[in-house]
Amino acid sequence: MSTLQMERREFLKFSVAASGGLLIGLYLPGTSKFAVAEERSGNAFMPNAFLRIGTDERVTVIVNHSEMGQGVYTALPMLLAEELDADWNKIAYESAPVDPKYNHPVFGMQITGGSSSIWSGFEQYRNAGAAARAMLIAAAALQWNANPATLRTESGVVLDGTNRKLSYGQLAEAAAKMPPPANITLKDSKAFKLIGTPVKRLDTPEKINGKAVFGIDVKNPGMLTAVVARAPVFGAKVKSFDDSRARNMPGVRKVVAVPSGVAVVADSFWQAKGARDALRTDWDEGAMHAFSTTEMMQQFREQAKSPGKSVRRDGDPDGALAQAAQKIEAVYEVPYLSHLMMEPLNCAVDLRADSCAIWTGTQFQTVDRAAAAKAAGLPNEKVQIHTTFLGGGFGRRATPQSDFVVEAVHVAKAAGVPVKVVWTREDDMQGGWYRPAFLHAIVGGVDASGSPVSWRSRLVGQSIMAGTPFEGMMKGKEYDPASVEGVDDLPYEIPNLAVESHKAEVGVPVQWWRSVGHSHTAFATECFIDELAVLAHKDPYEYRRVLLTKHSRHLAVLDLAAEKAGWGKPLPEGRGRGIAVHFAFGSYNAQVAEVSVIEGKVRVHRIVSAVDCGHYVNPGIIAAQLEGGAIFAASAALFQELTFENGRLQQTNFHTFPVMRMNECPEIETHIVESSEKSGGIGEPGVPCTAPAIANAVFAATGKRIRKLPIRMTEAV
Amino acid sequence: MISFSVNRQHVNLDVDPSTPLLWVLRENLGLTGTKYGCGMAQCGACTVHLNGEAIRSCVAPVSRAEGKEVTTIEGLSPDLSHPLQRAWLAEDVPQCGYCQSGQLMSAAVLLREKPRPSDEDIDQAMTGNICRCGTYPRIRKAIHRAAGMMSTGGAK
Repeated sequence: MSTLQMERREFLKFSVAASGGLLIGLYLPGTSKFAVAEERSGNAFMPNAFLRIGTDERVTVIVNHSEMGQGVYTALPMLLAEELDADWNKIAYESAPVDPKYNHPVFGMQITGGSSSIWSGFEQYRNAGAAARAMLIAAAALQWNANPATLRTESGVVLDGTNRKLSYGQLAEAAAKMPPPANITLKDSKAFKLIGTPVKRLDTPEKINGKAVFGIDVKNPGMLTAVVARAPVFGAKVKSFDDSRARNMPGVRKVVAVPSGVAVVADSFWQAKGARDALRTDWDEGAMHAFSTTEMMQQFREQAKSPGKSVRRDGDPDGALAQAAQKIEAVYEVPYLSHLMMEPLNCAVDLRADSCAIWTGTQFQTVDRAAAAKAAGLPNEKVQIHTTFLGGGFGRRATPQSDFVVEAVHVAKAAGVPVKVVWTREDDMQGGWYRPAFLHAIVGGVDASGSPVSWRSRLVGQSIMAGTPFEGMMKGKEYDPASVEGVDDLPYEIPNLAVESHKAEVGVPVQWWRSVGHSHTAFATECFIDELAVLAHKDPYEYRRVLLTKHSRHLAVLDLAAEKAGWGKPLPEGRGRGIAVHFAFGSYNAQVAEVSVIEGKVRVHRIVSAVDCGHYVNPGIIAAQLEGGAIFAASAALFQELTFENGRLQQTNFHTFPVMRMNECPEIETHIVESSEKSGGIGEPGVPCTAPAIANAVFAATGKRIRKLPIRMTEAV
Repeated sequence: MISFSVNRQHVNLDVDPSTPLLWVLRENLGLTGTKYGCGMAQCGACTVHLNGEAIRSCVAPVSRAEGKEVTTIEGLSPDLSHPLQRAWLAEDVPQCGYCQSGQLMSAAVLLREKPRPSDEDIDQAMTGNICRCGTYPRIRKAIHRAAGMMSTGGAK
């Protein structure tokens, strides 16, 4: 029996949400050999879209989120295995194909973003496991002629009161004939055995022996490699190109024009890159030819002098400011940033007359498929995306315009052969879709006792949502929620508060970058509250505490971080501590940084990070995300900036856009608050507090305020 | 024709001798565990051993390997038994995993030369390997753990 026939039969037999036909063609080397064998054997038990149990006992969990380092190939299987009572040693993972049944239950599409995989999968994956468990029990009950209610499960077996046992593998075939349960009862959280424990990641073995397949590693029969000459200035168009030299270089098969530039298709990457570099392309540079970030920031400063669109207004901020005992004004600036995933962008496409297969590391399957289908001239269902491991994502691989996927389809179409488009590091850094540059102009005042009585934040920066299919999320607002998140819900008790937003019109493509708006709003607000504390002659930690009395979860992480960091205890000479607290993506984080400044260079010695992410699933992965989030953010705070002159990006590679290295890395301690609240996110919430904690620590160490990132002591005030 | 050995297997290849070893390993030999990150010896993702020394294969022309022995991540051990791989598992080091081949190959040379490395030794040996996910604290712990295993006879 062919795989397809078997799966159709399964589909017809059960009115559960399964259409196994879509599993065909999904092949992730190293992970799914069992799966392929099971499908061929025709005995696999596929009770729903999220798992398959083979007669070999293997339980394969189909994961609807992309694994980009954040641990979903472990944490989502944990949720399912918990309710299934599976033997954890028999769990395998597989990436889901593109299909509406794998949609994010809240966002309504297949997407990995917004630090949402755990909370969105918390019931989805547990339900899938519990449903399968009920069918396995029903199958055993039938075989033993027993009442299902008298049976129990444990580590991959069904047992009865007399210690009769049947393993899930032994029951797989029979369970496939059981109707799905009408009602599912989930475990009480007190009964959890896996959830809440630091289970080791399932994907480590293949990531330490070279076997894990990332998009850049995909190799299909007959596939060639393409490297593209793209616009040197955003919006530039090819006027003409001379490929006389490139075309005759060894290994070069085709040189084709595509909407984004000129693609060289060759037998190997090195040949394609060499020929790409030998192209002579004349560009019509368009409106951005003279663009300069220095001038842009000057315009932002001008724009901030006038009122913006009102985001939030409590009380009478202007009146209260006029009557304040003391006032302070500060302008905070942050630059464009590259996501700079270790694996540069790439996308492999096999385009046929009636189908299109894509292999890539994407965070945005639904959107990419629709965009690829449009570019290919095919209906959506004729396009399949095979999601590989992602060598980092950080938001770049969820592009509303699907730039790297659409381009690869165009190259495949123009070249008429299966191709993998590979971006060089320079191509990747210069390719746009950055974290937008932002300016926050803040004025605040305190009364005679030092309490803040007025605060007005005015933001200037580009909108991420505007002009994209996600513009609808702005819901008729005159501002982009992604620009102001983290300041629009400022938790501090300040009676008169205004938040205003100016949308900057700049032709630089911008996008979500790990923690999105929070990546700059936390910097500005947590530095400014620190400035108010100093103005009031108060300890910055105690000052925050008093203003957060109505926010117990903020307070708890703030207290935990301060306690663990030894807040208030003496430090070696020249060192300073800084603190910050922030809520983002459903989780609360506070950090204390310890720094010294030697010869104008900031050294971060230690970061203590405390999180309340609600009911947590894997504390080991949470600790890793907090460590990684702090290092990611510290890299940006200390080193990173993208600048433009004459329309051209000035940075090209790691030497001009540095990443924190081993010798610069602080000690990092992480602490998790026990909580039974709804699960929050963890991939992003550990990022926002790092920059302000470091900047506030620099002030404690030196008396100099940092109002601009990356930190340069020459620009401190 | 260029001849060298990769993971103890002899290979003869007809390739442009100026092609970086990285791309020959990945494309001609199918050893994709060695990664491209920067193409200019900035990030260390492409680290392999050439006659036992850690080199950045993205800037080493394949001609440099002529007559020599190349070891890649695929050749570190056949079965995850290298002390570093065992320590990487114990410390749950990788996140996205893309840089880890290079991290392991750099660490393997460090441990061979300094079986009980200090934190300063680790800084010096590992600073050329960037990890964007920020696994440095775990890499440091895992190197110390592997060194401990080796000194107590845990090494093969």
